[in-house]
Amino acid sequence: MLRFIGRRLLQAMFVLLIISVISFMIQDKLGDPVQQMVGQSVPQQDRLALQQDLGLNDPLLVQYGRFLGRALQGDLGTSYYYKEATLDIILSRLPATLELSFSALVLVILLATPLGVVAAIHPKSLLSRAILIFSTLGLSVPIFIVAVFLMYFFAIEWRLLPSFGRGETTWVMGLWQSGLFNKDGLLHLLLPSFSLAFVLTPMFIRLIRAEMIDALQSEYIRYAWSKGISASRIYFVHALKNTMLPVITVAGIQVGTLVAYTILTESIFQWPGMGLLFMEAVTRVDVPLISAYLMVVGVIFVVTNTVVDLVYSLVNPRVRLPGYGS
Amino acid sequence: MSLLSVNGLSVKFKRRNGDLTALHEVSFSLDRGERLAIVGESGAGKSILGYALVNLLSKPGYIAAGSVQLAGQELTQLNAKQWQGVRGKRIAMIFQDPMITLNPVLSIGDQMVEAIRSHTRIAYKDARKLAIEKLAHVRIAAPVQRFDQYPHELSGGMRQRVIIAIALLLNPEIIIADEPTTALDVTIQAEILQLLKQICLDNGVALILITHDFGVVSRIAERTLVMYAGRIVEQGPTLEIINDPQHPYTQGLLNALPQMALPGQRLNQIQGSMPPLSEHPGGCAFHPRCPYAQDKCREKVPGFVYSGVSTVACYVVEDMLAEFAQYDEEDLDV
Repeated sequence: MLRFIGRRLLQAMFVLLIISVISFMIQDKLGDPVQQMVGQSVPQQDRLALQQDLGLNDPLLVQYGRFLGRALQGDLGTSYYYKEATLDIILSRLPATLELSFSALVLVILLATPLGVVAAIHPKSLLSRAILIFSTLGLSVPIFIVAVFLMYFFAIEWRLLPSFGRGETTWVMGLWQSGLFNKDGLLHLLLPSFSLAFVLTPMFIRLIRAEMIDALQSEYIRYAWSKGISASRIYFVHALKNTMLPVITVAGIQVGTLVAYTILTESIFQWPGMGLLFMEAVTRVDVPLISAYLMVVGVIFVVTNTVVDLVYSLVNPRVRLPGYGS
Repeated sequence: MSLLSVNGLSVKFKRRNGDLTALHEVSFSLDRGERLAIVGESGAGKSILGYALVNLLSKPGYIAAGSVQLAGQELTQLNAKQWQGVRGKRIAMIFQDPMITLNPVLSIGDQMVEAIRSHTRIAYKDARKLAIEKLAHVRIAAPVQRFDQYPHELSGGMRQRVIIAIALLLNPEIIIADEPTTALDVTIQAEILQLLKQICLDNGVALILITHDFGVVSRIAERTLVMYAGRIVEQGPTLEIINDPQHPYTQGLLNALPQMALPGQRLNQIQGSMPPLSEHPGGCAFHPRCPYAQDKCREKVPGFVYSGVSTVACYVVEDMLAEFAQYDEEDLDV
């Protein structure tokens, strides 16, 4: 177990090193930071001095070394716009994004699992056909359309739910600013998380359905029937557990998609998370913030995939993590 | 009254342009504690018969006609809930390939306990005890440890033992074993067969053994039923069938055993092959491959005639019997 995590950490570092190169390249290539920082009226001489101060005239490799050295100490640069450490800014926005992605993921699981299972058990029923049509439709409608429609009906027409922002938040243990523990925060969460869930739900319905149909045709299912055990146990224990193996793998990969789509969702609902921050940083050419965002997302991605691998080994007894068990 | 009596059982497969018949009016019976073998080549309908008995035909197969009675209770009319009470509890099954029969993500113990607890109200602790007892009964070493293991940690022979143990959990009246040793190593085959026979003797369980191997049949079954193209062609005591096969198909099968060929010679075989479902010929389905085929064999399906202690569906045998009967009568006249 420890060896597995150790190996994973090594891999993660390698991935992050590559991301750091990309982040660094962006810094050099995206616009002129001096221009962004000082505006039009500053004389050319001061500009050059600032350029020298920021180390922008050093050779590329020296600049990268400096960047990496600081990154290793948790210093991912200072935002041009906020004039604060980028990591602190991002971490202050992290809870909002994580809560949004997490609740979207929970919604995806809660929606896709029963729908996929029903569509697999009775593939020819009307309900299954309806589910399939819905999922095809869902796959082809972009998130900003869904989000805008939801906003229009629930927030404007019917005035049931708030249309933007995170609402009231509370501090959990002084570290985490959460919107999950009061009604207002939860109400604000509904529309964004549902929109975000809409991106992945159709795909997961189809995946679960296909895998479940496969599982239901296998010999161990026929054998399970021959033992006289209940239909619900056959569907939800025997078949579903096998169905979940590939689904977990895909889910791990799709977490990246989910994080990417938070950028859109947060922009639409003005959700004060990392995604919105990133969009603002892009429009302001706040390059240190952009590259720090990339690094943080890289870490999130590596961590979730490690967690997914651990979960997978729990569900699938045939997988024993190296250095754990036999 | 026999334990299981099957009458005129027909199985068809739904198809858009006319259903295909896989089983043609199969009738036989099984007594308590009796061991019956069903023999035939691949495609004869043996496995379909086995699945039809417990209503587990894979779609689009369905029972088109006939009755299956278990101790007087008609099974073909049962609903899903009632079937649940029969399967596993009164009729247990052993499948062909132990490598794919057990669910890979559930432990041996889970798969045993769920079988027990679906049929009897019993605490987990007691179910576990019973399961471990049965594992020991099928001579699995270290049954307590096995209980918590997963199928992939066991060898094929071991898994088949587990499956036999599961079949025994609820003291069924009948065990249907569909080629239980085909997927196993030759060295393991004999052990498993011996175990199966012993288990049936010890517990008074009736056995329906589906196989294509006459070697297996002779070791286990008291009575044998030979199938060809979805029909029974001959049935009788195993010894009788092996020593004095009546139907040309049974003769061909026995003649094809490797032991029947002389060293250095090619093995005997029945010419041709079993026709696919959609091309079952009219009359006696075996006639295209039969060395004794006559015109009437091509026209009408032969009925059963008694030949000694066996029943046979063959015109050649029928004619021969008629001839013998004639001689007998002439003898009487004199």
